[in-house]
Formats: sequence, C-alpha cells, structure tokens
Amino acid sequence: MAPTFGRGAMSNAWTDIKSTDLVIVMGGNAAEAHPCGFKWVTEAKASRGAKLIVVDPRYTRTASVSDYYAPIRPGSDIAFLMGVIRWCIANDKVQWEYVTNFTNAALLVKEGFGWSDGLFTGYDEEKRDYDKADWDYQIGEDGFARVDMTLQDPRCVWNLLKTHVDVYTPEFVENVCGTPKDRFLQICEMIGECSAPDKVMTSMYALGWTQHSKGAQNIRGMAMLQLILGNIGMRGGGMNALRGHSNIQGLTDLGLMSNLIPGYLSIPTEKEPDWQTYMSSREFKPLRPGQTSYWQNYSKFMVSFMKAMWGDAATEENDWAYHYLPKLDVPTYDILRMFELMKQGQVNLYFCQGFNPLMAFPNRAKLTEALSKLKLLVVMDPLETETAHFWENHGAYNDVDPAAIQTEVLELPSTCFAEDEGALVNSGRWLQWHWPGPTPPGEAKHDTWIMANLFQKVRKLYQEEGGVFPDPILNLTWDYQDPLDPSSAELAREMNGRALRDVADPANEGATLVAAGKQVKNFTQLQDDGSTMCACWIFSGCWNEDGNNMARRDNSDPDDVGMFLNWSFAWPLNRRILYNRASADLQGRPWDPDRKLIEWTGEKWEGYDVPDIGVTSKPGEVMPFIMNQEGTSRLFTRGMMRDGPFPTHMEPFEAPIANVLNPKMRGNPVSRVFVDDAEQFATSEEFPLVATSYRLTEHFHYWTKHNKVNASLQPEFFVEISEELAAERGITRGGRVRVWGKRGEVWAKAVVTKRIKPMQCDGKTVHVVGIPLHWGFKGAAKKGWGPNTLTPFVGDANVETPEFKAFLVNIEPAAEEPVA
Amino acid sequence: MSVAPQPTTSASNPPVQPLESNLLPSDVVRASATPDLPQPDRQLTRVAKLIDVSKCIGCKACQSACVEWNDTNPAIGENTGVYENPHDLTPDMFTLMRFSEWENPATNELEWLIRKDGCMHCEDPGCLKACPAPGAIVQYSNGIVDFIHENCIGCGYCVTGCPFDIPRISKVDHKSYKCTLCSDRVAVGQGPACAKACPTKAIVFGTKDDMLAHANERVEDLKSRGYDNAGIYDPEGVGGTHVFYVLHHADKPGIYSDLPENPRISPIVEGWKGVTKTAGMAAMGVAAAGAVLMGLFTRNKVDPEEEEAAERLVQDREEG
Amino acid sequence: MRRPFYSDPADHIESTDPVRVSRYRGITRLNHWVTAFSLIVLALSGLAFFSPSLYFLTGLFGGGQIARWLHPIVGVVLFFSFLLLFLQMWRLNLPKPEDTTWLANIDGVVTGNEEKLPELGKYNAGQKFIFWAMSVLIVVLIVSGIMMWEQYFGGIVSIPTRRVATLIHSIAAVAIILVFILHVFAAFWVRGTLRAMTRGDVTGGWAWRHHRKWLREVAGRSGSGPAE
Ligand SMILES: Nc1nc2c(c(=O)[nH]1)N[C@H]1C(S)=C(S)[C@@H](COP(=O)(O)OP(=O)(O)OC[C@H]3O[C@@H](n4cnc5c(=O)[nH]c(N)nc54)[C@H](O)[C@@H]3O)O[C@H]1N2
Ligand SMILES: Nc1nc2c(c(=O)[nH]1)N[C@H]1C(S)=C(S)[C@@H](COP(=O)(O)OP(=O)(O)OC[C@H]3O[C@@H](n4cnc5c(=O)[nH]c(N)nc54)[C@H](O)[C@@H]3O)O[C@H]1N2
Ligand code: HEM
Ligand code: HEM
Ligand code: SF4
Ligand code: SF4
Ligand code: SF4
Ligand code: SF4
Ligand code: SF4
Ligand SMILES: [Mo]
Repeated sequence: MAPTFGRGAMSNAWTDIKSTDLVIVMGGNAAEAHPCGFKWVTEAKASRGAKLIVVDPRYTRTASVSDYYAPIRPGSDIAFLMGVIRWCIANDKVQWEYVTNFTNAALLVKEGFGWSDGLFTGYDEEKRDYDKADWDYQIGEDGFARVDMTLQDPRCVWNLLKTHVDVYTPEFVENVCGTPKDRFLQICEMIGECSAPDKVMTSMYALGWTQHSKGAQNIRGMAMLQLILGNIGMRGGGMNALRGHSNIQGLTDLGLMSNLIPGYLSIPTEKEPDWQTYMSSREFKPLRPGQTSYWQNYSKFMVSFMKAMWGDAATEENDWAYHYLPKLDVPTYDILRMFELMKQGQVNLYFCQGFNPLMAFPNRAKLTEALSKLKLLVVMDPLETETAHFWENHGAYNDVDPAAIQTEVLELPSTCFAEDEGALVNSGRWLQWHWPGPTPPGEAKHDTWIMANLFQKVRKLYQEEGGVFPDPILNLTWDYQDPLDPSSAELAREMNGRALRDVADPANEGATLVAAGKQVKNFTQLQDDGSTMCACWIFSGCWNEDGNNMARRDNSDPDDVGMFLNWSFAWPLNRRILYNRASADLQGRPWDPDRKLIEWTGEKWEGYDVPDIGVTSKPGEVMPFIMNQEGTSRLFTRGMMRDGPFPTHMEPFEAPIANVLNPKMRGNPVSRVFVDDAEQFATSEEFPLVATSYRLTEHFHYWTKHNKVNASLQPEFFVEISEELAAERGITRGGRVRVWGKRGEVWAKAVVTKRIKPMQCDGKTVHVVGIPLHWGFKGAAKKGWGPNTLTPFVGDANVETPEFKAFLVNIEPAAEEPVA
Repeated sequence: MSVAPQPTTSASNPPVQPLESNLLPSDVVRASATPDLPQPDRQLTRVAKLIDVSKCIGCKACQSACVEWNDTNPAIGENTGVYENPHDLTPDMFTLMRFSEWENPATNELEWLIRKDGCMHCEDPGCLKACPAPGAIVQYSNGIVDFIHENCIGCGYCVTGCPFDIPRISKVDHKSYKCTLCSDRVAVGQGPACAKACPTKAIVFGTKDDMLAHANERVEDLKSRGYDNAGIYDPEGVGGTHVFYVLHHADKPGIYSDLPENPRISPIVEGWKGVTKTAGMAAMGVAAAGAVLMGLFTRNKVDPEEEEAAERLVQDREEG
Repeated sequence: MRRPFYSDPADHIESTDPVRVSRYRGITRLNHWVTAFSLIVLALSGLAFFSPSLYFLTGLFGGGQIARWLHPIVGVVLFFSFLLLFLQMWRLNLPKPEDTTWLANIDGVVTGNEEKLPELGKYNAGQKFIFWAMSVLIVVLIVSGIMMWEQYFGGIVSIPTRRVATLIHSIAAVAIILVFILHVFAAFWVRGTLRAMTRGDVTGGWAWRHHRKWLREVAGRSGSGPAE
C-alpha cells in the first residue's frame, strides 16, 4: 500500500467500517480471524443495509453471513482483481473526477516501459530481477512529471492501465481463478455501483493476499480498484489491512524488521556509506508543483531518532553518529534468509523472542536442520514452545534424534501481554494503552526487564573488555530511572520525543516552540538540528505534555460518524482516516454530503477527523496524498516494487496449471529462491491437489492449544476437503488421512464439507485441501502438525512473506494412528 | 448494600460495589414438585436472550465465555469431521454451536447455518414439570428457569421432560446442568456472559418486549435481503421462550441442526405426570384402605374341625 | 415315584398330632423375604419420586440422591431374587381346571362360604394370579427401569423411548403395588398363612381348608415314606 498511497497501513479505522455500503472480504477471513473487528461489518449490515461479498477458496465463517460468495483458486487473485478493473473501465464504473485528479492516471510514463508474455520490460532471467529504469514518469523541463489531464495521451498511466488489464476478460478470470463467470460478473456489478460518489466499498483483507510470492501485488490490485471507484479517504471506504498479532502493527511501526528504523525510516545499505549519500536519495522533492511530499521532512525524523539513540554522542559534526548504524549488505535479513544462513552453519546464536518459528515458518524439516546447527538457542516465551523443544523426540509428531542435536537451548520465562503494561497498536493504527491483568507467575519477567538486564551485562563486557567497535553500545542512551527495568511510560515518552534544548518557533520570531526538556506536542515540532529527540516519529503525540493520550477512553462520537477522536491515540497525529482530504472534491466539498469527513471552509480544513493535509492547503492546489511526491496516489508505482508497476497474473511456485500468459514462468519471476529450496518445488504431476493454510477462530496460532478451554473447542488437527475429493479418494468424514507433499507428510482427521468445491481451471479439475495451522506437539490439545511440514520455503518478492497460501500436496486415507 | 437493578442489556459494565441480589426466593413462580407454591407479590420484568442466527459467525466466543463464567471443565475430545466441539451439550458445556451445511433448493446457494444450542428457558418448562425433586428446578417471574443443584437428585427426569434435549446429568456429582441464563449475573444487574462476549451481537439480552421488537427489525432486514421466510422462533407450544431465535428460514427450523418444528412437552410426559399420577395415587390409596378395612372387620379362619379332618387324613394315610 | 402334581417334593408332614405341614424350606423363605424387602424398598423409594406428597420418603434412605441411586440397584436385586423364587414355584402356579371353579365361586372365599369351593393344590387361583402378575410386572419394571437408569444407561436410550419407559414404569409400579397390597392382605386375612413364610409350616387344618389336594398328596407321599 505504501507504493500506492504513501503509507503502509490500514487506511481507515475498525469503527469506520460501520459507515460502508459494501464490504468485500477477499484475501482474508475476517469473521474468523478478526471476530471483534468484524462486529462493525455486522453493524453496517444491520443498521445501513450494507452488503457483504466474500471471495475465498473456501466457504468460510465470514461467508456464512455474507450476501454473496464466490470461490477462487488459491493464488489467482490478481487475475480476478484485474478482471474487475477491466470490467469497471469497460462499463464506465469509474469515479472520473477522483481518478483524474487524485491518482496518477494523467501522468505520462517513459516510452521504454511495456509488458508482454507476463513480464514487464527489463527482465533479467539470470539475476531474477528487472531493470526498472524505464518504469518511471516522463520528466518535463520544469523538473516535474509530465501530465495529460484529458487522459488522451497513449502514454498516460490511465491508458497504459487500460491496455494492461485488457487480457483479463470474464472468460480469462473464470479459466484462471475457477470462479464461475456469472458469479464473477455479479460481483463486478455489486462493486461497480460503488463508483458513485455517494456509494462506498471497503476492502478487508489479510493473509489470503499477503502470503503469496506476489502478495504485495494482490493488495495493489485492490488498492487500484478502490482508487478507480474513488473509495480511498472516504468514510466507510478504504483499504483495510487487517493485522495479525495484537501488536503486529506496532511491530512494523517500530521497525522491527531487519531493514527498518522506527517510523518507516530505513537502515542504510552498504551503498550508502555516509550520511550525505544516505540523505541524497531521501530528499523526496515533489514531482508535481505545489505538492506536500511530506517525506521531505525525513531528516528531521532521522536526526531526532539518532538523538534518541545516542544523545550527546550524536552531533552534527559526526553526522549524527551515522557510522554507528549497521549497513546492510543484502536487502533484508528476513526470517527466511536467517534460517537459510543457519542451515548453512553461518549462525551460532539465535535469540527467539515471542516467536515459534518451528511451527510458524515453512518447511519444518529445513527449520529443524537449521536449528540443529546452532550453538545456542535462547527462547524468551511464557510457554514451552515447540521451537524450544525442537530437539525432543515426540514420535511422528517430531521425529528427531536428540542425541544427534548438539544445540544448547535456554528458555527464559517471560510474561505475556496480559501481564504487561503498555500500548498495543491495532490495525486501525490506534495506540491503546492497557494495564496489567494478572500477576506474572513463577519466575516470569517482563521482556523489558530481560532485555535491560542483558543489555547491562553486555555493556559491562564492552566496558571491561573493549571489543571491535564498542561505541554504539557504550554510548547508547539509557537514562531510565531503573536501568535494569525501564518502565512502559518511560519508553512511551521516548517514542513521543522531547526538546533537548529550547526550540525556536519559526512562525513567531523570538518565541519558543518547545522548551528544553518538554515533550514535543507531535512530530511537526521535530527538528533536524539536534534540538529534539524522538524514537518513533509517527507515534509522536502519543504522550506529550497533555499526558498519556493512549490511555484516553472517551467514547463520545459526535454525529455517530465512527471517529472517536478522544479514544486512545491514532498515528499519525490522532488521524483516524488516512488521506481523508480525498473525501472531498477539488473544491473541498464532500463527495457525499452524508458522508462528510472534512471540508474546506474557505480558509481551512475542518471536520470530524484530523485533516490529512496542511490545514490551510488550498483544495485545488494541494493534492490529498501528501506522502507521495506526486501528491496523488499511484495506479502505476514506478520502480517501487520489484515485480512491476502494475500487478500481473503470476502463478504460485507450486501451481496446478502453468501460467497461461507464459507457460515457462514459474511463480513470481523475481522472488528470491535459495538453491536447495528450488529443487524442492513440487509439480502438479506428482502432487495434483492445491493446499492452502489458515487459522480458526477457536485458536490463536500455537499458543492457545496450551489453554484447556480453547483446546476443548477445537481439540484436534484436521484438514478440510470437498465431498467430491473425499469420494474420489475413499475418505470418510472424521476418518484419518495422510497428506504429503514434496517436503514432508502429516496425518490428520478429515473434515469432509460442502464448503469446498472442486474448480475447473484451464481444463483441469482443481481440488483444494484446507489445512488449519494450530497444532503442534506441546500443549493441552491433541498432538498434531499444522501445514508447515508441507509449505514451500519461498517468499514474496517485495517483503518475503512466505507462500503459505498456495502449494501442492496429495492425500490418501490412513488407517492407523501414526506410530508414536 | 443496594439492590442490583434489573438488567436490560448485556452490555452493561460490571458493578464496582457488591450489590444485593435482585432475584429473591420469593420471585420464584414455579418450583418443581412443589404444587402449593405461594405466588410472589411482585412481577419482575420478563427478560429474554435473543439469538440472531443470521448474524452469528460461529466463533464460539459465547461457548468459551460460558465455560469461563460457569467455571466448568469441558473435556478435550477429538475431531469427528465436523466443527462442533464438544460434539454435544455436556454437564460442562451449557451451550454449543451447531453447524449445518444446507444447500438452499430455491437459490442453489450453499448456506452454513450456525445455531447456538442451549436451554430455551421455556415459559412452560417441561424439565420443571417432570422433575420429582421439590425445588430442584425453579422459574423466576422474569422467566429464567434455573436448576438448584443442592435439591437435584440426578434422576434425569428433566431430560425426558425437555422438548429441546437440553439438560445433561453429570457423571461426577450426578446433578443436572444446563444454561442458567446466567441467573447469577442477572441477579446482580448483568446480562449473560455469552451475550457480553458475542462480538457480532448475534446474542442480545434485554426485556422480552424489547427483544421481540429488535427481532422484528432483524426479520425486516432479512426479508429485504431476499429471505422471504425469515422469522422469529419463539415457539407457542411451550408458551414462548426466554431464549429465542431469529432465523432466515423460520419455516424450516429443522434445517438448523434439528431445531424442533413444533416443540411442546411430550404428551407422554404430560400423561405420565398428569393422569397416571392421580389415578395411580387413587388406586393405591383405595386398595390400601380397602385392605386395611377388610382386614379389620373380616377374617378367614381355620375351624378346629378342619384340624381334625386333617389329622384324620394324615393318620389314614400313615396307616394305609 | 409318581411325579407330584400339587406339591413340591420338599413339602412334607412335619408332625401328625397336631398336624404340621412343611410348606417352604428355609432357603426359600430367605429368598422370599429378600424379595419382599427389596420390593418394599423399591416401592417406598419409587413412590417418593412418584409424587411430591411422598417425596419425604427419601428421608428413609438418607436423601433424594441416595434414594435415586439405591432404587434401581435394589431393583436388580429384586429381579434376581424373584427369579429364584420363580424357578422354584412356576410349575405349581400353572393354571389347573379347578382354578376356574374356584374363581367362579370367589364370592364364597370372601364371605367364608366355602362349600362350593373345589379342593386345591398348593396354590389357589388368587395366589397364582399374584405370582404371574408379579412375574410379568417385574420383567416390565426391570426393562423399563433400566431404560430410565440415568446413571449407567443415560446416553444409550433415546429420549422418546425413555419417555415411554418412564410412563410404563410408573404404571407398572402402581400395578405391582396393587398386587403387593393384595398379596399382603391375603397373607394376613387368611389366618395361618403367614407362618408358611415365617416358620415354613402350616397347620393341618389350614392345609385341609385351603389346599386339600396338596395336603392329600403330601400326606400320601409321607405314607409311602421317603425311604420307599
Ligand atoms: N482466531 C484467530 N485469529 C487470528 C489469528 C489466529 O491465530 N487465530 N491470527 C492473527 C494473525 S497473526 C493474522 S496475520 C490474521 C490473519 O487473518 P486472515 O488472513 O483473515 O487469516 P487466514 O486464516 O490465514 O486466511 C484467510 C483466508 O484466506 C483464504 N485464502 C487462502 N488462499 C487464498 C487466495 O489465494 N485468495 C484468497 N482470496 N483467499 C485465500 C483462506 O481460505 C482463509 O479463509 O489473523 C489474526 N487473527
Ligand atoms: N502455513 C502457515 N503458516 C503461518 C501462517 C499461515 O497462515 N499459514 N501465518 C503466519 C503468521 S501471519 C504469523 S503472525 C505466524 C505466527 O507465528 P508465531 O508468532 O510464532 O505464533 P505464536 O504462537 O503467536 O507465537 C507467539 C509466541 O509469543 C509468546 N508470547 C506471548 N506474549 C508474549 C510476551 O509478552 N513476551 C514474549 N517474549 N512472548 C510472548 C507466546 O507464548 C507464543 O509462544 O505464523 C505464520 N505461519
Ligand atoms: C425391577 C427393577 C427396577 C428398576 C431397574 C427400577 C428403576 C427405576 C428408576 C431408574 C427410576 C427412576 C428414579 C431413579 O433413578 O432412581 C425408577 C422410578 C420408579 N420406580 Fe423403579 N425400578 C425397578 C423396580 C421398581 C418396582 C418394583 C417398583 C414398585 C414397587 C418401582 C417403582 C418406581 C416408581 C413408583 C418410580 C417413580 C416413577 C415416577 O416418578 O413416575 N420400581 N425406577
Ligand atoms: C410384607 C410383605 C409380604 C408378606 C407378609 C408376604 C407373605 C407371604 C406369605 C405368608 C406367603 C405364603 C403363602 C402361601 O404359602 O400360601 C407368601 C408367598 C409368596 N410370596 Fe409373599 N409376602 C410378602 C411380600 C412378597 C413380595 C414383595 C413378593 C414378590 C415380589 C412375594 C411373593 C410371594 C410368592 C411368589 C409367594 C408364593 C405363593 C404365591 O405364588 O402366591 N411376597 N408371601
Ligand atoms: S484478539 Fe480477542 S478481542 Fe481481538 S479480535 Fe481476537 S478475539 Fe476479539
Ligand atoms: S435430575 Fe435433578 S433437576 Fe432433573 S429432574 Fe431429576 S431432580 Fe430434577
Ligand atoms: S429448554 Fe428444556 S431445560 Fe430449558 S426450560 Fe425448556 S424444558 Fe427446561
Ligand atoms: S446465559 Fe450464561 S449460562 Fe447460559 S449459555 Fe450464556 S453464558 Fe452460558
Ligand atoms: S459469540 Fe456470537 S457470533 Fe460467536 S458463536 Fe456465539 S453467537 Fe455466534
Ligand atoms: Mo500474522
């Protein structure tokens, strides 16, 4: 979403869904995985008569309350979405004024860019990468991108898009996705209605789209559709990425990725050895006249971050201690890469905090092999995880030879979120403070306590023994009252940021904006001269001089618009709907007066939400997508994504049919594939069935199986198959089956259901095997497996999310319990 | 301590001070095996829990909330090829989501009908009628039918009395268990735990009148979506219930995992508890009294001559 | 020896002056009283469930839970102990032509006008009725009772079947209690009967009066002597 809109987060809020007219749940199973958030869908249905569409390989619990359902073959969503876009264009279901002005439809693209045979220009098969030089705008003499506001120029984004989606006819969709044509068209009709300015659709999705080798492109598909319908920035509209773990949004916001710094700043690469080089590619000058291009402030956030990290040791003279930052030699050290390195024997110590990779990551055999090569594995977890016990033999459930594994394992008992104080960031970017419930049992310690104690020990070692480069450790700011136990409040205040010395008010000569030592009000007060510190700029405002804004619990909602501005704090700046400026037309009048969000009073922007635009930025001049250099959103993402500026149909690495656009193409042509893993991809000749994996409401991943109540509600590992496949293979309901793939085998109970139906794709009958993921060899529930013994070790080309949602298996009845 | 208010919604927050129960022994309108119960001097507002099947997503939050609140200990069973777990109501599972896959012949669409099963809190409760133990089952004037476990003897008559197959007898303490409509929560002004936990508000709680009004709105909405036979399931046969459903296909309750079409207390149970008892008591009374009277006033005695006759007979034989 | 028609081979003349005829061996009497005791326990506990006005009877057993637990167990005891009785007695309770005459003149029994009554074997038609009624009802009760037996058979029998079983059980229970009343009444009303079950013998006159054929046969057998 970041390449499309400028920010990679759910655009609207959970509470806003109640204002929608149409919900499409595709690429997720919101009722199952987000039951509490799903209440807003029920609310929209009950009080506004909203409709719900579900597109999923299985008839899910979400589908059970839907108005319309259509099946889809796992891994074929791009074809479906491009098909809808094609239909909307062909049937004039386009919010023209929005598209012309608020997207880059009118911008002209370089001549060199093109697409054929499923590939964009510039593909290098050797490198598995594109040369993206031509995937960009034509830049005029004025330094700005060239445009044709009439959308006539054949090189304008709009016309390129029209050409691009041309192959995705309803017949093509039916053939590739297995979705019956009449169902597809019915959905097009329902979606098409939302191109009217007073009709909105919201998209709710999660892993059904992300866990593919082209996951980011799936999302792009819907993001583009939503722009064409004019639904971004609207109340009841938006792209609602439903996040997973209660604080996974917080995790990304805080940059717990190998290539990120808090607040979506980036870790330098080896190609950026110094501060000047680093900053030169981050100046983000506007690409159209008068646009905000908010990332122009990058240096303020970055310098404030460096000051938060190293305080006085970060000075203008030493480029804010830029040399303290690690420089990446590869794009990311994501989990897949780490396990690959581990397997190659290049990792000695693995510190595993609140993560159960043995269960959660693909190709368990490989993971076990990798963990076995470690010298030390430290697991910080409130529970006994499978990962911590990977060396234990549990019969068929974990068939390892403990004597052959030399890895030393340390388990550090931590508390769990419910015993902890702090804020969780929900999908809607709300930072909601919570207070500890029960007292931690036994020797369990808060994660912060464990980390702080470890850090102090490490720092002591560096103090005493020196080391290659002790400075970043010795100089790290650690000004907590109890250095061995930083409090949540202290950490939160650090994220908000404060003035290190008096900050002058640029608007008011001589006046002070923030006095030294005071919390900044929000990130608009941050500076790049070292006078402010802020650990996570986007969170700034969460705990300022008004106090802990995340702890606010006022549920008043003037005019019932679903904004709840005084409930907790939402980043950025307590804004509830991102790009909300786009809810009004070029004059600043709401597209739909009944759905007013903010409007231009003649002098400034005002309304129910915090405007996502400079409050005095004139409506006709400054466009709504302030994070983007264009000021508009992007139907065409230039070179920002490795696998293309438009989504193009790609098959999963393990697919039942060849890519109809280019039969030679396997998976995503630019995904990173390690050599050993490539050899382990299955073909549909050996493994004819398509498997997909997912979660069930009754469990949360691999830890609620430790809870007896959850275990009683869903006690045993099962797989779901259609009645047709069951009949074909002689499988009975409740019978035991063996499911195997190229990388392993599992045994499960068979749930034989009408909710999965065979599909016809490219002349073949495609059967789907559904594999829920919640079982393992620890806990109160019955021992079982889950899908990851079977899943392929390959990720999305852009973010390395593993391809958990589409792979190949086979199935047969199994008579007995596997030998223990 | 002040008396807890009558709860009219499941959403109300827990009281922060202890409150006096609003459900008094004197609010009992019926008690099992207690024919001469004094009628209460006040009538509580009739309450009801509405289960809107069309809103339910089958998440089982209600099921786990019920386990947590009632502190039961359901067994960890196994998968038998369906989503229901446990597979039936048990003494440790007062409510159960039942899933049925139904292909609508009219539309050719698959529907996954998910119904929360549990005690319906009948206005005319068959369980109470059948129960032989005085005060083991009571009905409050707000409509809640509750099992008073210290009076329960575990005979299982309530099982045969119930038209909905709800009560379950514990193998551990041999007492009968079922949904209490969270009478212990209602008593302190709270709605049921399941209703509170339900994320989609498929379960709502309030006065029966409000719930009926709400249910009617829901039926309207469903009709507007093409469910022509949407309706309320509040069966007359048992005098209406205090837990009732909104169904998309109210004309076919059977498709919702065998919800009874026309539930009523079985005529066999009525006969057993009615005429059999009266006639039986009368017959036994008359017989016993008759026997005593006749025994008092007449007798059948052996005459001395008969003793002699016998002696003769025996002697004759011995000699002969 | 000719197979006895009207008596049990164990029946014999105990003394001749006055005449005492042994009617039941000790073991049979024990068997009878176990049966009798079981049935009383069953009736008392069963009636407690039958009617709220009799629920207080559970007090006799230490409360409802215990009564509920005990009742069916005693039911099983009753069944088996009656079965033993049955095996010993069923032949002599088979109907005979004279039973019809006896029944036709039943008013004579009640009013003490015994002239028209035929000579009888060990049991009269009334006793035979009681015997068969008890037999049939106990089978009905054990079958229906097991179907209602929540503790062990709760999950096995379908609810509609249980409903029928309960109805049948309670009707059968009423019936057997009526039969029981009749039986006990008869045992008291016909003076001299009780000792048959207490001491095991009856007087010659009692036997002459009520079961003359039986007396003749027993006496005849003694005449020839067991040593014969
Ligand atoms: N109860 C419960 N809730 C959870 C979690 C949990 O473990 N338990 N986990 C949380 C976490 S961490 C996450 S990330 C979220 C995930 O939330 P979701 O993404 O909603 O969850 P999943 O069940 O993984 O997948 C959703 C659906 O994608 C469908 N699907 C599979 N392949 C495809 C495809 O190619 N196209 C389309 N359109 N659909 C496909 C599956 O059939 C499944 O129904 O849930 C969160 N919520
Ligand atoms: N095949 C397949 N595989 C998948 C997925 C799929 O859809 N299909 N989904 C993927 C997704 S989206 C996710 S998010 C992962 C989930 O994978 P994991 O994140 O590994 O799964 P969890 O079981 O949630 O593990 C979290 C651990 O954190 C511990 N924990 C809880 N609170 C605390 C705390 O306060 N401190 C510490 N230190 N530990 C704590 C818990 O006890 C638990 O062991 O699985 C992934 N794997
Ligand atoms: C022969 C074996 C018998 C068995 C297995 C049996 C079993 C049962 C059972 C299971 C019950 C339900 C109460 C409980 O669980 O304790 C019951 C009730 C009852 N039993 Fe029996 N019983 C037997 C014999 C008898 C006999 C001989 C009588 C009568 C003397 C009798 C009279 C009753 C009565 C009156 C009830 C109450 C019925 C009602 O409430 O309508 N039972 N019996
Ligand atoms: C307090 C209760 C009882 C008393 C006082 C009693 C008394 C007697 C007496 C005196 C006899 C001997 C009659 C004779 O030999 O002509 C007798 C016989 C018999 N009794 Fe009972 N009895 C009682 C309960 C029962 C019960 C509960 C049963 C069975 C369920 C039973 C079954 C029989 C049978 C089968 C005989 C053999 C005679 C016959 O077939 O009628 N009795 N009883
Ligand atoms: S984490 Fe808990 S509160 Fe949140 S949606 Fe899931 S069940 Fe509901
Ligand atoms: S089991 Fe308990 S509640 Fe049920 S009928 Fe018997 S005594 Fe009454
Ligand atoms: S549903 Fe059954 S248990 Fe509940 S009140 Fe009605 S009869 Fe009693
Ligand atoms: S009302 Fe209470 S007892 Fe009944 S199902 Fe709900 S939570 Fe359980
Ligand atoms: S909590 Fe509500 S939505 Fe979930 S299963 Fe229960 S009734 Fe259905
Ligand atoms: Mo996740």
